Amino acid sequence: MTETAVVAAECLAGGRARAARSVLGQVVLPGEELLLPEQEDAEGPGSAGERPLSLNAGVRSRVRVVCGPGLRRCGDRLLVTKCGRLRHKEPSGGGGGGVYWVDSQQKRYVPVKGDHVIGIVTAKSGDIFKVDVGGSEPASLSYLAFEGATKRNRPNVQVGDLIYGQFVVANKDMEPEMVCIDSCGRANGMGVIGQDGLLFKVTLGLIRKLLAPNCEILQELGKLYPLEIVFGMNGRIWVKAKTIQQTLILANVLEACEHMTSDQRKQIFSRLAES
Amino acid sequence: MKETPLSNCERRFLLRAIEEKKRLDGRQTYDYRSIKISFGTDYGCCIVELGKTRVLGQVSCELVSPKLNRATEGILFFNLELSQMAAPAFEPGRQSDLLVKLNRLLERCLRNSKCIDTESLCVVAGEKVWQIRVDLHLLNHDGNIIDAASIAAIVALCHFRRPDVSVQGDEVTLYTPEERAPVPLSIHHMPICVSFAFFQQGTFLLVDPSEREERVMDGLLVIAMNKHREICTLQSSGGIMLLNEQVLRCSKIAGVKVAEITELIQKALENDEKVRKEGGKFGFAESIANHRITAFRMEKAPVDTSDVEEKAEEIIAEAAPPPEVVSNPVLWTPGTAQIGEGIENSWGDLEDSEKEEEGGGSDEAIVLDSVRVATDVDVPSAGSRDAPIVLSDSEEEDMIILEPGKSPRKVRTQTISAKQEKAPSKKPVKKRKKKRPAN
Repeated sequence: MTETAVVAAECLAGGRARAARSVLGQVVLPGEELLLPEQEDAEGPGSAGERPLSLNAGVRSRVRVVCGPGLRRCGDRLLVTKCGRLRHKEPSGGGGGGVYWVDSQQKRYVPVKGDHVIGIVTAKSGDIFKVDVGGSEPASLSYLAFEGATKRNRPNVQVGDLIYGQFVVANKDMEPEMVCIDSCGRANGMGVIGQDGLLFKVTLGLIRKLLAPNCEILQELGKLYPLEIVFGMNGRIWVKAKTIQQTLILANVLEACEHMTSDQRKQIFSRLAES
Repeated sequence: MKETPLSNCERRFLLRAIEEKKRLDGRQTYDYRSIKISFGTDYGCCIVELGKTRVLGQVSCELVSPKLNRATEGILFFNLELSQMAAPAFEPGRQSDLLVKLNRLLERCLRNSKCIDTESLCVVAGEKVWQIRVDLHLLNHDGNIIDAASIAAIVALCHFRRPDVSVQGDEVTLYTPEERAPVPLSIHHMPICVSFAFFQQGTFLLVDPSEREERVMDGLLVIAMNKHREICTLQSSGGIMLLNEQVLRCSKIAGVKVAEITELIQKALENDEKVRKEGGKFGFAESIANHRITAFRMEKAPVDTSDVEEKAEEIIAEAAPPPEVVSNPVLWTPGTAQIGEGIENSWGDLEDSEKEEEGGGSDEAIVLDSVRVATDVDVPSAGSRDAPIVLSDSEEEDMIILEPGKSPRKVRTQTISAKQEKAPSKKPVKKRKKKRPAN
């Protein structure tokens, strides 16, 4: 990692933007500019002086590229705003240029629209609940945003309860709003989380790792004990197993997964499975 | 920023865990977290880490005129600050209550116990005395600030060296550290605070509460003691009623803990002195390891898995082989499928074990006893799994699966009768008490 950081510094000092394709999987630092694939030719070896005249000067092929977290559009280029590894995903449905994003690590959550999070109800005022989601402001949750809730039939939510919901409004200018139903009106697993169990906090990167498809950690955990687990993208995990001891073991194992290599993890799981 | 509220489920879980003598980080009731003491390059500067709680202590001195009514004594000044980086709830001007309480406790512990000889700080009576100032900064809050702060204060004071002074007649000569080696303060004893958190109106107690445990505690008892078993300060907050034998027991525990901590402090001070004398490298850059974000290093969490072994062995000794976990759905009839453990119907099992009736016979009783050791809450549901279950809300007693072309068969009674036949012979003990159709 130090080598790539040195390389990055050299490039920045040189003032040239690098091609995004060449930096995939490497560490990028905030302030770097990245070129999208179709712009590489324009900035290629001809940039010194002569540029080949193109006959269709006015038409440039436009490819729609999605800027993910950690990147921002800056003119025609991508500007890196967080340090981490650059990732790219090819477009699934054809057309478009795929998604670029930066895999960064942090503990503090910033609400993002569409994220599923675990919140703690802090206040009930009139028609809405105030839910703490770990961001700068508490999110508001209307009491009608639960499955099967009507004006007469209010959901049974108390102050201090855990809620699993998703954001419908989340930007830096407004207070975030969340709901516990999806667009069809079904709960789909959202709502009030049950009474027992343990809530603890981990880094955001670990949550994304655990929620990735085919996560080994989850499969191994499932083989250990029967458990219920809810992951919130704000770094909160709620876990419940049959006994307190098992719940504590699960919580400690998940917190430690951040720092363990996969070999160490396999060792721990095999040791727990034996006992 | 406001403090993250404590949810009901966390509070309930913590209290239940404490009742079972389990702590979140796997410690025992009387265990302290690991204490790490590291020194800076200057004399009198140290960082104490009690688990994740970190306090930085710095001692400095100045020549001033003494107080009018204490002309021959030096002046001591203690100051604890809760830095904003310690916890999101600490904002300038926001944490006054806690701050005042901690500062008062620290002053009583260190000043009133006369651990430092103030007479030795006098240079010229009535004119010049040393003012010793101890500044403590809380860098990270993970519970039990007062213990960490008192250790940091006393370590910094023991580590500190003041400039040497000589008085000849009317002349006072202050030597710089290069001219004459600085002189340590004269410290009689080392008072250290030990905190006890009480839960459930004084029934359960924990030593060295972490931040979450502090949130759910009923009251706190702080005993400041030195290694000669002299109590320097005693403070009980939270308004709980404590019996005198509880307080006596706490003081005995405090005596043991203070002895251990004092030994740790002495060792750390000796180590640092040795390193300085030998000319080795000292200071924070050497003693505090660099934490890299990508390093696969973590302190060992003492998670206790021994209980799980005992419990598992008991149960395995008497258990039938567990039913296989079927990962592909088993289709009973178009529209009804089952997946998961056992393929036994568990729709009658309710969350609340109180709602279920226990219909177990004598064979169930043996089963229940062995399992009762392990789980407190879930025992009734074990017994009733094999017995007719009465659903309080539902009007139907049995679940009927309608199959096209066949007469409706009652699935539940079948399984129940099948199990009751099995029960006397096999004594099935299944470890899982709550079963859900899809795990």
